Amino acid sequence: MELILQQLPIVIRSLNMGFLQTLKLFFVTLLGAFPLGLIIAFGSMSRFRPLSGLTKCVVWVVRGTPLMIQMLIIYYFPGLVLKNPIWGGGESGRFLAASVSFILNYACYFSEIYRGGIQSVPVGQEEAGLVLGMTKRQIFFRVTLLQMIKRIVPPMSNEIITLVKDTSLARIIALQEIIWAGQAFMKGSQGISGAIWPLFFTMVYYLIFNGLLTILLGRLEAKLNYFR
Amino acid sequence: MAILEVEHIRKSFGRTEVLKDISFMLDRGRVVSIIGSSGSGKTTLLRCLNFLETPDAGVIRVNGDVLFDGDKPETLREDRIRSKRLHFGLVFQNFNLFPQYTALENIMLAPTLLAKDKKSGQNLRPEEIRATAEELLERIGLADRRDNYPHQLSGGQQQRVAIARALALKPDILCFDEPTSALDPELTGEVLRVIRALAEQHTTMIIVTHEMAFARDVADQVIFMDGGRIVEQGDARSVINSPQNERTRQFLAHYSRNGE
Repeated sequence: MELILQQLPIVIRSLNMGFLQTLKLFFVTLLGAFPLGLIIAFGSMSRFRPLSGLTKCVVWVVRGTPLMIQMLIIYYFPGLVLKNPIWGGGESGRFLAASVSFILNYACYFSEIYRGGIQSVPVGQEEAGLVLGMTKRQIFFRVTLLQMIKRIVPPMSNEIITLVKDTSLARIIALQEIIWAGQAFMKGSQGISGAIWPLFFTMVYYLIFNGLLTILLGRLEAKLNYFR
Repeated sequence: MAILEVEHIRKSFGRTEVLKDISFMLDRGRVVSIIGSSGSGKTTLLRCLNFLETPDAGVIRVNGDVLFDGDKPETLREDRIRSKRLHFGLVFQNFNLFPQYTALENIMLAPTLLAKDKKSGQNLRPEEIRATAEELLERIGLADRRDNYPHQLSGGQQQRVAIARALALKPDILCFDEPTSALDPELTGEVLRVIRALAEQHTTMIIVTHEMAFARDVADQVIFMDGGRIVEQGDARSVINSPQNERTRQFLAHYSRNGE
């Protein structure tokens, strides 16, 4: 016990560093996947068949294969096969490759949520706007958008919470996120080895962060509950 | 004088011809009821007038101006269609109120957006729009529900707000697509009363309805449609009380048997 108390500051500092990387990947993914997902959603709903076909195909492949494999390929393919290591070395290169993989993967999931949201708004809403002389733009921003957001908040919340945990997959390309940081103390790092308890600590980080997210997203959902 | 002239309108969906050569006229301040069984093309006709569907052929004139001419594609341009729609108002079967806005906001939204659009020529001030909306709520007897959201209103109340919303833009012709079909029987009365009051104030209206007694009492003119054609039209009372056409007679017989 005394030993743990001694080691605690070292472990916490290390986990904090790792969690910072986890948070960075989390926010960068959301920032990229929110808009990209919308573009993909419009692509798959396009009346131009080749575009919607291609988009649906990409979504099928990305959702149908593990994110871990996608990340391995995105990170190693340029260097090993094309002999052109575009990501550069070091932690920043790995972070870039992980971000691209996560954004692409999550954008595909988000696109399906968006599509469901857009299509679940009754067509009568648009028609009511049209006969009232509103432009399509006004109808989207003043009528449809909020109804769509209301409908996608619950499934989005699910994906967002899954994303927090999925960021740990990035350790497969040695991104030093929180689990990587915790695991280091099992193998031996900074004079500490064979310690499994730092891993339990990582769970606390996840739980607290996901708890906060749950409260936040729940508030958003409640805020939109004033209409049906 | 005819406010609306519809000539030789045709419309097909794929291979199904839904409207086959529809022509009729409507005078200002008059009410026409369109009756007929489901699938006879009544709703499609209303949707064509409101440019939710584009007819394949024919001419639509309002106040003598050609709004649509199947032979002149330039009358179909999207930017022009928007201003043409404002000649017509449409009240839907299932209300289609905007759920995120209160009753008052539902009525004010379109006029407010229109006032912002400088090209529209309508530069009403926000206070005027609000005053009109409040006056309309008064007229439909829902002044006390102005801050309620649609889900807090009964179906009949929602439909009355939808009527006020359409009236707020002062359309030349107000169209109703089976305005009481989605309502419980005990709620149809309050909606019909509002429409009846509009008729008494000489609002020009086209009403697609299954309420035969209402059509007979409120409409000046009745059009009976069957299989995409106008089979019989004329004075409301005489068409409904003593139909000449065999199909009209068969159709109306269902209603009298049901005690209408």
